[in-house]
Amino acid sequence: MTHEHRARRFGVEALTRVEGEGGLIVEVHEGELVDVQLRIFEPPRFFEGFLVGREYTEPVDITARICGICPVAYQMSACHALEAVCGVEVDDALRELRHLLYCGEWIESHVLHIHLLHAPDFLGYPSGIAMAADHRPEVERGLRLKKLGNRIVEVVGGRAVHPVNVRVGGFYSAPSGSAMHELADELRWAVGAAVDIVRWVSTFPMPEHELPGDTALVSLRHPTEYPILGERLVSTSGLDIAADEYLDHFTEEHVEHSTALHGRMLAGGDYLVGPLARFVLNADRLSPRAAALAAEVGLTAAERNPFRSIIVRAVETVHACEVALSIVVGYSLPTRAATPVTPRAGVGCGWSEAPRGLLWHRYELDEVGRIVSARIVPPTSQNQPCIEHDLAHLIEHSLHLDDQALESLCEQAVRNYDPCISCATHFLDMRIVRS
Amino acid sequence: MSRPTLAVWKFASCDGCQLTILDCEDELLAIAAALDIRMFLEAGPSELLDHYDISLVEGSITTAHDAERIVDVRARSGLLVTIGACATAGGVQALRNTADVAEYCATVYARPDWIETLATSTPIADHVTVDHELRGCPVSKRELVDTITALLAGRRLPITAHSVCVECKTVGHSCVLVSNGTPCLGPATHAGCGALCPSLQRGCFGCFGPSESANIDAMHTAWTAAGASDDALHRALCTFNVGAPEFRDAAARLSAATT
Repeated sequence: MTHEHRARRFGVEALTRVEGEGGLIVEVHEGELVDVQLRIFEPPRFFEGFLVGREYTEPVDITARICGICPVAYQMSACHALEAVCGVEVDDALRELRHLLYCGEWIESHVLHIHLLHAPDFLGYPSGIAMAADHRPEVERGLRLKKLGNRIVEVVGGRAVHPVNVRVGGFYSAPSGSAMHELADELRWAVGAAVDIVRWVSTFPMPEHELPGDTALVSLRHPTEYPILGERLVSTSGLDIAADEYLDHFTEEHVEHSTALHGRMLAGGDYLVGPLARFVLNADRLSPRAAALAAEVGLTAAERNPFRSIIVRAVETVHACEVALSIVVGYSLPTRAATPVTPRAGVGCGWSEAPRGLLWHRYELDEVGRIVSARIVPPTSQNQPCIEHDLAHLIEHSLHLDDQALESLCEQAVRNYDPCISCATHFLDMRIVRS
Repeated sequence: MSRPTLAVWKFASCDGCQLTILDCEDELLAIAAALDIRMFLEAGPSELLDHYDISLVEGSITTAHDAERIVDVRARSGLLVTIGACATAGGVQALRNTADVAEYCATVYARPDWIETLATSTPIADHVTVDHELRGCPVSKRELVDTITALLAGRRLPITAHSVCVECKTVGHSCVLVSNGTPCLGPATHAGCGALCPSLQRGCFGCFGPSESANIDAMHTAWTAAGASDDALHRALCTFNVGAPEFRDAAARLSAATT
């Protein structure tokens, strides 16, 4: 343990296999961890600034551009918030199509993360492409499933990245029965493939680690569904709130080393959003097959090891494939592609579960439907304090490792959160930083 | 012959265009076999070499640091290809170019003094020589694969100059603007998407930026005939390609006419 007694400072200048650009600074002095900073230097793009003055129809297309990985999440949360302002509830058949579209994005995003970004850490490869040399069938299976996720987004949304078919109230056109029908066969294969992926990732060597005890888990909740389109927010700390109560319980702070704001609970403490939190709070809402698999691979509602979130992502992929299949099989052309929306003055909040966690939007409209103010809280800025504290906790127990091993472990741990740094950067907070 | 080396670089952007590379599920492993991918942070490779045969550049220039970094990237690159509306026109973040960035910064951040940003978002070609551009928000997967294939085969790079209108006619869609009175930027928008929005009964909203010799004034007349306000056209021009001179200047003319 000799090296514990000298100052160590190491950094990962540019994190790889994450979406967007960030780095990590860790400082250890006299064998004690002094500081961990997840540095986000993605240039700010000021979306909330330039949404002001636009028409209520526009955030759906504009906020999609915040993130090329989860544009559907932005479109859905924007629709929910704007429909709340206008007092519109979309037709059930259109909500089903939204659910399907979102399943497509979950499949695409989760399978990308599992195969190309995260599995290489567990199996000791620098990238998914390098991993393919030895694990080609697994990577090819992943790519085929990822392609199906994208295909679902194309059929319902018109395009895989930045879908064009989504509008406030529903869609521009409903997908044809034949296009939907063509998805069914591939989805039948996909359910089985996703099951195999759960079993595959559950064999990966898992570092023993738990989130700090005071970290609250936060997720949406729905009366009957796994909460992709959840209605209320719940937490392990006992919260149960509606979208327009979000700011009564959560805030964001601006810290110097990040162009992404840091999410905090007003009651104090870090919180985690994303697959692990969703699973812990909603395991009873998984499809039967996904629930049985979770039990088979030892996931329980007491799960606190963020490294095992790769298994949760795989379980959620099974769920998304099953839900997508049932929607596709039961599809008939809706009577109309969109529920009519008439703008009105007011404030509305809306949310949904992006692949990497809760995404909350709030809009204020004037009487002709122009945006007076906009606010967006993405998952990664909410997770950033949790990531830093989790890393600190991990590093404190891993100081016996040499710098290179510790660095690799930290990078792998950051990827547990599937951080989307592009998303996290740009957000509005007019509160003063607490010092 | 050794495989050409490839780098993928990111500036201010949403990652969607580089994701499009990973979305080439059928071609990805073949691309990775044909090209030696040495720098592509999102996918893993992070080797800083003195020279890459091909650089794909996503994103726009919005910070002083990035303005220096793109010069360095250019110096390390054989062919430099920009991918997507951010890199080719400044992206949606170029909406700052006609606004007060200090005010945006104060609206979005509690401590604007910690934020380093330029007053403008500019395309890569404003800073360095660009060898080829792929338009779109996001780029088209087909054009991306065509370009990589052409580079590998040493054949001429695919270049389209026509508008979305031509794509509609090719596919046989009835015109949403003329037949339905739906405002559509298709007459002035660069081809590449395959007339996606008109196929969904939606007007084009300009993801691929201005087409060559776009006649925006004539399109303005057609929009007016369809009952669309000047303000609606102004906002339509001011999205993902607002930094493209044809869209920017037409939007400025509309603003001037209404004030």
